[in-house]
Amino acid sequence: MVHCFKYNHKGRDYHFLWDVESGSLHNVDKDAYLVAKNRYGVLDGVDLQDFSAMQDNLVAEIDKEFEELEHNGSLNVPAKIMATQKQIGEIKALCLHICHDCNLRCKYCFADEGTYHSKCKEYMSFEVGKKAIDFLIEKSGRRQNLEVDFFGGEPLMNLEVVKKIVEYAREQGKTYGKNFNFTLTTNCLLLNDETIDWLNKEMYNVVLSIDGREEVHDRLRKTANGKGSQALVLKAAKKFAEKREDKSYYVRGTFTAYNLDFVQDILYLRDQGFEQISIEPVVLPDDSPMAIKPEHLPQIAAEYERLAKEYLDSRANGKWFNFFHFMLDLEGGPCIKKRLTGCGAGCEYLAVTPYGDIYPCHQFAGETDYKLGNVLNDDFSLEISKKFATNIVTNKPQCQNCPAKYYCSGGCCANNIHFCGDISTPYSISCEMMKKRFELSLAISAIEATGTK
Amino acid sequence: MKHINTIVNNGMKKSGNIGCGECQSSCQSACKTSCTVGNQSCRHQDERINTTKKPLL
Repeated sequence: MVHCFKYNHKGRDYHFLWDVESGSLHNVDKDAYLVAKNRYGVLDGVDLQDFSAMQDNLVAEIDKEFEELEHNGSLNVPAKIMATQKQIGEIKALCLHICHDCNLRCKYCFADEGTYHSKCKEYMSFEVGKKAIDFLIEKSGRRQNLEVDFFGGEPLMNLEVVKKIVEYAREQGKTYGKNFNFTLTTNCLLLNDETIDWLNKEMYNVVLSIDGREEVHDRLRKTANGKGSQALVLKAAKKFAEKREDKSYYVRGTFTAYNLDFVQDILYLRDQGFEQISIEPVVLPDDSPMAIKPEHLPQIAAEYERLAKEYLDSRANGKWFNFFHFMLDLEGGPCIKKRLTGCGAGCEYLAVTPYGDIYPCHQFAGETDYKLGNVLNDDFSLEISKKFATNIVTNKPQCQNCPAKYYCSGGCCANNIHFCGDISTPYSISCEMMKKRFELSLAISAIEATGTK
Repeated sequence: MKHINTIVNNGMKKSGNIGCGECQSSCQSACKTSCTVGNQSCRHQDERINTTKKPLL
């Protein structure tokens, strides 16, 4: 499958052909773009008129170049990648819900302001944490690199247990030949010098939650007593980023229907000195006033286009930053298996709640239909994993003609189930945003690789 | 070629079919609400794109 698309940068139209199956990207002139659309896609509108006006010998010359690329296996490569199901029973990553409590009351929180719909605030004990580490090591098979993500609620509200779990896992890792990479997601309110130093020493990656501009952040991310939190969060996050040096971190925000001009928030975060930025669309039911709806998609697409222009200019002119969804490793990237299987939820990636219950991922916590077991009593069933094991992009009919299929893997399992009722049916709003970001990422990669010549 | 400039040739083949399962699980990296894998890297590659830093001038 060949995906033909255009991108305008600084008044110049760039024309691209993306060969989905081979992962080849070609920058072509306008004539070749028209011939490609005729050869591989659908010609319509102005393109059809322009193509009709082309000389036959020029079309033949371009067709010959395409034939050469096809012969070399970098254009119009047929789909050959097949997979039946994921391996189950070997686990490599756990999301530890270190507490179901939070010192913020974010209006869009999928975890019901940190409590995950439970009637009381729950804190993971060290005993549960230890059992979770034992469970991970036991189920990790031959894998050497294991991951533990401390998540909440707000994990720094239970920091002493986090520290003990890290220490225990490091000890057990030495005994069993396992290397632990820890990550932690925090709203920053409890960050102080001592905590920052500890996180910098122990955490492979830290995600700092901040939505951007003060008015945007404070509208939805209020403290328990109803006050805005942005000023405190920003100060702590900046301090953290400064001390983080070259280790991984992200500032991670959420945009909603209230700030469809979210590029302003990304640029705001850039201007505050952050270099690793992720701003994600909120995922909420349609009846929420904050929900992203189909009618918002044209504006969101225009925002991503604006971001791409700012991104290219900014990186070329001394204000360098990364945007999570514009980073593509076109020359390497993950292996085919990873591209087909995606996040691994329910199979190699599981979540453990404060009381030890095991779920396919953090988004399912508390949904008892999806409970796989409990780390405290060796109760663990693979029945639910089997359902997730077939969640492979080649098994999803709606993904087969998508140019981004090997980069998105067919969407978030939780979103697919919660919004479409089926793990194999991608959530269409996410798809549209993904496709737009992917196309822009390809254009950015090409322009940065070749300059603007 | 006169009309075509190939930017990336056969990127899928270069990404290989290792399947060792040692790479970072994507939901751990930053987003927590999407399962993008395009910005993940193979554990066996020297440079991980998630830690890409500002180029040295």
